[in-house]
Amino acid sequence: MAEARIQVPPQVRRGEAFEVKILIRHAMETGYRLTDEGKPIARNVIRLITCRYNGVEVFRAEPSSGIAANPLFTFFVSARESGELQFEWQDDSGARNSERASITVAG
Amino acid sequence: MGVRSSAIALLLLYCSAALAQQRALPTQDLRSGSSYMGAELRAMQADTFANPGTLWVERGAKLWSARAGTVDRACVDCHRDARDSMKGVAARYPAFDAGAKRLLDLEGRVNQCRSARQGAPALAFESEELLGLTAFVASHSRGMPVRVAIDGAAAVHFERGRMLYERRIGQMNLACLNCHQQNAGRRLLAETISQGHSNAYPIYRLEWQALGSLQRRLRACYSGVRAELPAYNAPDLLDLSLFLAWRGEGLQIEAPGVRR
Repeated sequence: MAEARIQVPPQVRRGEAFEVKILIRHAMETGYRLTDEGKPIARNVIRLITCRYNGVEVFRAEPSSGIAANPLFTFFVSARESGELQFEWQDDSGARNSERASITVAG
Repeated sequence: MGVRSSAIALLLLYCSAALAQQRALPTQDLRSGSSYMGAELRAMQADTFANPGTLWVERGAKLWSARAGTVDRACVDCHRDARDSMKGVAARYPAFDAGAKRLLDLEGRVNQCRSARQGAPALAFESEELLGLTAFVASHSRGMPVRVAIDGAAAVHFERGRMLYERRIGQMNLACLNCHQQNAGRRLLAETISQGHSNAYPIYRLEWQALGSLQRRLRACYSGVRAELPAYNAPDLLDLSLFLAWRGEGLQIEAPGVRR
């Protein structure tokens, strides 16, 4: 159920910091909840998310049970060259997902 | 003059009162649930990127063009561009459907279309698909004022809805009215009691960590007052939804809303 929304500015100027937002659809099951029958629900959270900018890692987060469902990550990246932002994340169930967004640097 | 004309005047007065329907909440006193939230949550709802409900809206947009059923037809094949055809639709629901001969909320409308026009099985309540479609449809009415028909065949549902709104139920022996009318704006433990309007549904409720329908929220209130839960699509929930929509007439549609 890989679904994510990514927002980057359509164009940025070289040297400027630009804002990156990624909203991931994920239940972020805490592992602390029980079913109606009292059985524990296995933890399934995004345990690692990274963002690489033309191959170089610029952001890394290790969320855990304390993060709400459908998490939104916002961070700033310094604009260097036009290219691609590559997002990757994996959860406790072993699912790996990736998304990409292109970025155009002017000047 | 005399007895006859004053009797007519009285009758007219009675009729206009009945037609206008006495509003316990005057339009200028209406407060959307969002006005009880903090600035951060209001910003989250207004931001079409950060609002988690948009994840469902996007899913609904995909389903809008997905063919389904034995007829192998998609919503888009009949309704075309939802930006035009679905504009203001959510603001008119629940509505009595002459073809189906029953009151339909937006969820019921989608499923009615599926069975009658697509030959597809009804989508389950609170399924990702149904929430996606209703969120997508309702999002095209954002900013438009709620206005529902309560006359004609809808009148009986409306009156039942009002009766249910005012009837005490459950071990707590509370009616909707006791909290959301008589004590709106006051505190219930850590929460401020809202006026209980339906203009933002389906909502992304932080407590649920997911999108949910008005029926789910109503059932949560039934559970809160420790009353027997009506099943999804029970006449009680639909009639109550119609009364709620009328009670909040004039409020703008905020779907998909964000609530605590």
